[in-house]
Amino acid sequence: MVWVNAIIQGVLLGGLYALFAAGLSLMFGVMRFVNIAHGDFIVVAAYLALTVMVSLGISPWVAVPVVVAVMAATGYLGQRLLLNRVLGKDILPPILVTFGLSIILQNALLETFSADSVRLPAGALETASLTLGDGIAIGILPLAMFATAIGVIAGLQLIFYRTPLGRMLRATSDDAEIVPLMGGNNAHIFAIATGLASAVVGVAGIWLAMRTNFDPAAGPVRLLFAFEAVIIGGLGNIWATLAGGIILGVAQTVGAQIDAGFQILAGHLVFLLILIVKPTGLMPRMTG
Amino acid sequence: MKTLLETRGLTAFYGDFQALFGVGLRVDEGETIAIIGANGAGKSTFLKTLVGIRPNRGQDITFDGQPIGGWPAQRIHKAGLAVVPEGRRLFRSLSVEENLLIGASGGRKGPWTLKAVYDLFPDLVEKRRNPGTALSGGQQQMVAIGRALMSNPRLLLCDEISLGLAPKVVRAIYEAVPLIRGRGTSILVVEQDVSQALAVASRVYCMMEGRVTLTGRPRDLSREEIAQAYFGMEAA
Repeated sequence: MVWVNAIIQGVLLGGLYALFAAGLSLMFGVMRFVNIAHGDFIVVAAYLALTVMVSLGISPWVAVPVVVAVMAATGYLGQRLLLNRVLGKDILPPILVTFGLSIILQNALLETFSADSVRLPAGALETASLTLGDGIAIGILPLAMFATAIGVIAGLQLIFYRTPLGRMLRATSDDAEIVPLMGGNNAHIFAIATGLASAVVGVAGIWLAMRTNFDPAAGPVRLLFAFEAVIIGGLGNIWATLAGGIILGVAQTVGAQIDAGFQILAGHLVFLLILIVKPTGLMPRMTG
Repeated sequence: MKTLLETRGLTAFYGDFQALFGVGLRVDEGETIAIIGANGAGKSTFLKTLVGIRPNRGQDITFDGQPIGGWPAQRIHKAGLAVVPEGRRLFRSLSVEENLLIGASGGRKGPWTLKAVYDLFPDLVEKRRNPGTALSGGQQQMVAIGRALMSNPRLLLCDEISLGLAPKVVRAIYEAVPLIRGRGTSILVVEQDVSQALAVASRVYCMMEGRVTLTGRPRDLSREEIAQAYFGMEAA
């Protein structure tokens, strides 16, 4: 039963990793942009959530939309004012700039919030669980986290395949150069993509804050998990990213069941194994 | 007749290499103009400069009474200048219908709707759900033309629409030209296929090595003059 339990916990944890990965995948898909600061953006969102809810004491019902909206707006403006300037045929400048951003953000967070690890308290929800008999219990919080991941991914899918905006984003992914010949403004579309990705980062940050202790240096590991989830699933397919997150999550919780120190390593090993066996990921498809 | 598009002394460079040396061209409303010329004559560069995906700041380009030199491509598009790009460039993750719909993103109103495009190219109706790139070359070209028409342009630019297609398919596509003009859209085609261009155009411009070497109405031009302007040598 402990193994079944480990697998269930892993699947639910996979939802969080899918949330980490979705924004990364979206930005890469639309504009071939690799955001090295992605993990730090998630941590920024976590601190933002903590500040708004704990320090300012604003109700979660107001705070969550505020965090997501602030992240989305910042993402849009950041792309428009900064990141668009380094986008081009060469993929190196965006990597360098976001690497620099990553260092700046970590130090700014350290300066503002100190190195102490913190957590966003979720009250009674933290310990609430559903008992499925036979010693298997599912926490309400991880379940809600998983449901959020499904909801976010379904929402992104809906935007990409059912709206004019999504059509434009997919067209940009295919051939950005001629999108202006359809009346689209590349700078604006890229910024919309980053805004959308940043909204997802906001959601991911809130869940990170509730699920684990975090500190200003917590970003790079989240970036790594996000990369692994995207690559396990296969680039450019958002449901595959969820599958990638779940595989990574299960590998980690099963690894932890074998030996507590084996958790993170088990995830990396499964990632490496899939990279060797199927370098394009399990379900690759190069669309939005 | 009112002038729709006029360029004077248009130049273009790729780094140190000069591709266009002062091209002057005029399209009046309701005309079908053809630009002919061999590979590398600068025809495609000319179109790309017109629509703003190559830099055109400071160039003397007047469209519909407005100086559009230096405008971003999307603004030129919204002013009513649409292009069928060389090689079709359909969006491969979009269906045929989505490819058409995205052409209408500029929001210009006019006679061209999904229905009008399907009436023009009935072959596309049953393919509407297919990916744009899963079609035959001729059908893909129809989608590319339809996509440009969906923006309800004042002037439609067509870059090498016969390239790589069977003669029969090319004829079928060119049959659409009078129908498009009949709905009030002027047309500028760029062609290597001289006879096709002469058959459809009210006036032709012949380009060679970045310059206009000959211009006139097809019936006023002799084969020898065209060969001279096209190849830069006396016809054998």
